[in-house]
Amino acid sequence: MSMPAIEVRALVTHYGPRLILDEVDFEVAQGEIMVIMGGSGSGKSTLLRHLLGLNTPTRGAIRLLGQDITTASPDQMHALRRNMGVSFQGGALFGSMTVLENVMLPLREHTRLDEQTMAIMARMKLEVVSLGGLGHLMPAQLSGGMVKRAALARAIVMDPRLLFFDEPSAGLDPVVSAELDELILKLRDSMRMSIVVVTHELESAFKIADRITVLDHGKILLTGGVDEVRNSRNERVQDLLHRRPRREEIDADAYLHRLTGG
Amino acid sequence: MADSEARFVVARLERLGRASVALVEEFGYYLALCIECLYWLACGALRRQPVRLSATVQQMVDIGLASLPIIFMLSFAIGVMLAIQGIHTLKQFGAQEQVVLGIALSVTREFGPLMTGIVVAGRSGSSLAARIGTMNINQEIDALRVMGINPVRYLVAPVMVAMLLMMPLMALFADFAALFGGAMFCKLELGLSYRAFWDQTVHFIRVDDIMQGLAKSAVFALVVALVGVSHGFSVAGGAEGLGRATTRAVVLSISYIVLADMLFTYFLNR
Repeated sequence: MSMPAIEVRALVTHYGPRLILDEVDFEVAQGEIMVIMGGSGSGKSTLLRHLLGLNTPTRGAIRLLGQDITTASPDQMHALRRNMGVSFQGGALFGSMTVLENVMLPLREHTRLDEQTMAIMARMKLEVVSLGGLGHLMPAQLSGGMVKRAALARAIVMDPRLLFFDEPSAGLDPVVSAELDELILKLRDSMRMSIVVVTHELESAFKIADRITVLDHGKILLTGGVDEVRNSRNERVQDLLHRRPRREEIDADAYLHRLTGG
Repeated sequence: MADSEARFVVARLERLGRASVALVEEFGYYLALCIECLYWLACGALRRQPVRLSATVQQMVDIGLASLPIIFMLSFAIGVMLAIQGIHTLKQFGAQEQVVLGIALSVTREFGPLMTGIVVAGRSGSSLAARIGTMNINQEIDALRVMGINPVRYLVAPVMVAMLLMMPLMALFADFAALFGGAMFCKLELGLSYRAFWDQTVHFIRVDDIMQGLAKSAVFALVVALVGVSHGFSVAGGAEGLGRATTRAVVLSISYIVLADMLFTYFLNR
């Protein structure tokens, strides 16, 4: 059995006294699309920041391509980052650069290729995301869907083995969102990337996922295939799937305590 | 009564303690930024992650060239004002010809660097905080990190180098502009020729006076860069947070510049 591309073991995180992630365990196989789902405040964005090495957990291990990033040296992290691509929720394109310059940036920083070769490679990736010929535009001149695709082109320009998406469908109309889903599937099939997608869009999640991890209040409720999640008998999973509001049990004493600020 | 007074005193002491810790944290952060910049400048090339020369030159143009008109205007005005006040004061002793000494020393030691520092803090310090703050809000800083690009190397080190190179040069430019303003007024008021004004200036001021101004401006450069950058990185809370950070960066930069100037003047002129 081959080594998982991503392995998360007993991950615990606090923000001050608040427990955000509670003993999170899961793994992503090579060439697999794992969707992390959950409502607002479930901890999915925090989990993604940990996977990207942007936050440090209280305890636990995160192994990317076999390297534990919680104990990795700066040089090891730097080498690992060449194999990681990220598409942020808002694109995070640099406003002072053209689209082409944005896509070329990782090549400039990580390779010693000449300008012309880098430009050709960047244009190839722009073609992959259907933005061919638009490299000269500034990010402010792009639509929401185009920004996400340009960000994706930048994320894949180094041909990474790991690809992360933060809410890829957020703010997009259904057609553009479906196009982006197709693109994610195409990347998995053509480039054998291991992909983690953080989303709360059910339709998109069911379309692209090989497996889904459902998070709630920092705990994993379930990890399984699409059908397994759909047919789960877990009440919170069903609440999430059927968009049912959370039923909160009211503790009268605690409520009074909150109101009086005591 | 005694109990409430004790609580009041404890609360005050607690606030004072928190403020002191925050101040130490702030200065610790500035120091850490400085050290990290030095590290990237010294070792970046060895690690194949150099501080980009093109970014540094771009910053030099943004910080320096674009500020020259406003620095000229304000320094010229300061020179004229110093001449007006100097002549007015010295006239009472019949020593108005000595005004050149006052203008030359106060411009090179004080007003040239101070005016430059304040203009750069208002112009470049605020834009630095706003630019980095916006990048922070838009996750561009996170994007740099996940691409393996250290934000201090990529964003801060070029600014620091550009500030340290440009601020003393701009202070020198401000000195000339202020002296020109003073000379112009002296010519109109006292009939003192430009040549005579210049000769007296060269006669009175020493290299030390100019070096004092340049050293001050280098310190002001560090202040503006560190305060602007650190406030940009600490932006939280969207547009409102960005506005707050930008304003605070300018106010703090100017305050630190004036305080540093006072300390400099005190220790260098004892």
